[in-house]
Amino acid sequence: MSDHGPEEHGGAHEPSPTIYPLGFAVGIAVILVGLVVDPLLIGGIGALITIVFGFLWIREATREYRVEHAKVEAETAEGRPRKPESELTTKERFPRSRFLETVTVGVGAIIGGLVTLPVAGFAVLPSFLGQKRYKVDLGPITEFPESQWRIATFMVNPAEGEVSRRTAFVRNNGSVKVEGSARMVPSFTIISNRCAHLGCPVQANGPIGKPSEEKTANGEVRLIPTTPAGFGCPCHGGQYDTEGNRTAGPPVRALDRYAFEIDNGRLILLNTFSVSHVDGTGAQAQIHSYKLAGPGQHVDGPEQWFYPIQPPHR
Amino acid sequence: MAARKPPTKGQIRRENLEIAVQYPLDWLEERSGLVGGIKYFLFRNVPADTNWMQTLGSATLTAFLVQAVTGVILAMYYQPTPTGAYPSIVDITDHLTLGWLVRGMHKWGASVFIILMFLHMGRVFLFGAYKYPRELNWIVGVLLLASALAEGFTGYLLPWDQTAYWASVVGINLNGTAPFLGPWLAQFLRSGQEISASTLTRFYSLHMLVLPGAIAGLIALHLYLVIRLGVTSPPWSKEAAGTERPEEPTTLRKGLTAEPGGSE
Repeated sequence: MSDHGPEEHGGAHEPSPTIYPLGFAVGIAVILVGLVVDPLLIGGIGALITIVFGFLWIREATREYRVEHAKVEAETAEGRPRKPESELTTKERFPRSRFLETVTVGVGAIIGGLVTLPVAGFAVLPSFLGQKRYKVDLGPITEFPESQWRIATFMVNPAEGEVSRRTAFVRNNGSVKVEGSARMVPSFTIISNRCAHLGCPVQANGPIGKPSEEKTANGEVRLIPTTPAGFGCPCHGGQYDTEGNRTAGPPVRALDRYAFEIDNGRLILLNTFSVSHVDGTGAQAQIHSYKLAGPGQHVDGPEQWFYPIQPPHR
Repeated sequence: MAARKPPTKGQIRRENLEIAVQYPLDWLEERSGLVGGIKYFLFRNVPADTNWMQTLGSATLTAFLVQAVTGVILAMYYQPTPTGAYPSIVDITDHLTLGWLVRGMHKWGASVFIILMFLHMGRVFLFGAYKYPRELNWIVGVLLLASALAEGFTGYLLPWDQTAYWASVVGINLNGTAPFLGPWLAQFLRSGQEISASTLTRFYSLHMLVLPGAIAGLIALHLYLVIRLGVTSPPWSKEAAGTERPEEPTTLRKGLTAEPGGSE
């Protein structure tokens, strides 16, 4: 045994006792505490501790292999005799058959790539490029009496047909004064019925009246009067108040809302945006709005970091 | 040396029949080796103490073949358009001859396929059949399971009724909540920012072309590895893997030595 290197002795492959895993665990614990207390400061410190100790731990754990590796290389370089020169010179360094093999496989790969890349692009890219947001004409605002709810269903893209039918809850909040001028502008609360949990259709919690129908540029728009105490989702029981704030159940944020404009006395829906929560009600509501996110995705708090880049949509 | 008895009429007829059967097989074998290959595939030696539980894999394969055949037939009548999908399903179920049967086989067979897969997986786990040298086949099996579950997910949308539609909405958005790439995956599955006609055609294409192709390829790999590595003995077998074969001849050993060319 004496002629073997020291690393050959028993126990050499067991990790030597080290404090790095302990530091790593402490870092994780600090991150978890930080998520509750102060995600940016404490969480950041925790992440730093974790990364530093993780790096040291990996270095420690792989030191043996790295040292051995270097040693083996050194042996081949010095210890073993190099191949005799004659062997290298008599054999072709790059035989013809090797060349043909490489070229055949290479040309095959190029042809395969030329065929596959556009096809794969066609499979994937249309989902992300050229996404359109359609304006939706809900008809004259006189159809929406002040402080009453209407369930409005409409076709986002009439060319596509019924499959593009969506629903919004619309309440006319009356007119509000524009700050610093005498102008009065109409105020609307327009809430999307897409549940913020997993996208099921949220229903009005209240009696539903007789629907009226009107023809607009967006096909047949149905307006159904209702007097909701809130909104509820039939799939998994998410509940919202009349401002769309979550009151119970699994949703992670408030209901999405529509931006709108009044054009020639007609109510036009614009883009949808996401809402974390709403303070106040009606025309006085303070809406904490964010870029549109998918259902189940947090828009605020540390969980929003899970969704850093949204795919292009409008 | 006694004079040979002339062959009876029956013997001659049997001989001619044998020649008639054997000739095309020999013709095929000589030119392709397929007969030997199929014999090699079907008539392999297996441990003598294999168990009925070890037929679950073949049962799963059968379930997949049923899905493939019934699916191909359903595709002849199904229309993957928002206005045509549900009426065509009604047509298949209520009006076309035996349509109810084929659709029923496909619908219930889907559950049978998944259930058998899990039973097969449980058998492999409990028998320890995933251990060296069969780890890779376990991994291939997991990929098969994932593809089969994706088949279930994409197939569920196709009837295009309220249950199908909203279950798919929830399923897609569930994918969307996965961290980082989730929203991108959801938008890919949805084929855009909203569910539309192209969501249906996309799911249809995945369901009847992409995923079955993947499953067929993976099954081929799965079976290749089964044949190459052989069938595992049950855990209670006296011929457990890695131990010496017992001295006295077992049924397996007898079977092996009786086989022409199979002796060691």
